[in-house]
Amino acid sequence: MKARVYVMLKNGVLDPQGEAVKHALGSLGFEGVEGVRQGKVIELDLAEGSTEATVTEMCEKLLANTVIESYRVEIL
Amino acid sequence: MKAAVLVFPGSNCDRDLAVALERAGADVTMVWHKESDLPEGVDFVGVPGGFSYGDYLRCGAIAANSPICQAVVKHAEAGGFVFGVCNGFQILTETGLLPGALRRNAGLKYICRTVGLKVETSETAFTSGYAQGDEIQIPIAHHDGNYFADDDTLARLKGEGRVAFTYTDTPNGSVADIAGVLSANKRVLGMMPHPERAADAGHGGTDGSAMFSALMEHVVSA
Repeated sequence: MKARVYVMLKNGVLDPQGEAVKHALGSLGFEGVEGVRQGKVIELDLAEGSTEATVTEMCEKLLANTVIESYRVEIL
Repeated sequence: MKAAVLVFPGSNCDRDLAVALERAGADVTMVWHKESDLPEGVDFVGVPGGFSYGDYLRCGAIAANSPICQAVVKHAEAGGFVFGVCNGFQILTETGLLPGALRRNAGLKYICRTVGLKVETSETAFTSGYAQGDEIQIPIAHHDGNYFADDDTLARLKGEGRVAFTYTDTPNGSVADIAGVLSANKRVLGMMPHPERAADAGHGGTDGSAMFSALMEHVVSA
């Protein structure tokens, strides 16, 4: 089983890296970029029988800092 | 005062912190991250600056889940003193001992220079050597020191006198100019600036020394 975890800064938490990417796109001449948020993708290779609940627990305990980050789990 | 200073792979301020504590008169033991217990009778734990585990995943995230940090959490929950500097502050927020989180600096640059701090409370074992409102000069050296806490948490920290230091001119985007925060019992302090780098005339400043001497006074008598 494979799982993919997307970790993003929560809405409302300033993302300075996303802002820098947005400015860089603007200076390359791309118009209309109204916002950029940068996050992480973590791919997990799991033994058969693993559950989404376990992956969620991994997110809560380590993969995301829920003070500032939100996460989404995708089972592949 | 019997102190332990943690050492993680990638710590680089552990010896500086140990020297500052020893100069103040503490008996210091270095403790490797794989230990699952603190040495017997430790009153005070220093969590040093550096780049524990290469800052992989998030600064402090892996260290916060290391065996020794479980022991540090127990020590703090039992009323023990804990002091996290820089990466140590990041680790303490990741363990949940301190509220909030440290984000990438607003200007995206690693900043290494001396900054002005305002002492927000002198009513702690860490800061009793200063007067409230004092301005001190302490070096910073970080890439992820942009403190964040939500509005409710900020209100609580301010209301309970748990903001230890603020920046006089915030270099990194921290909310409410916060440079250091305390736990509810005020025995756990985390701060991004490095007082151990301003504890000897050779450092170019000694404004940090008062923290170590104050700790000696209070933790011994505790």
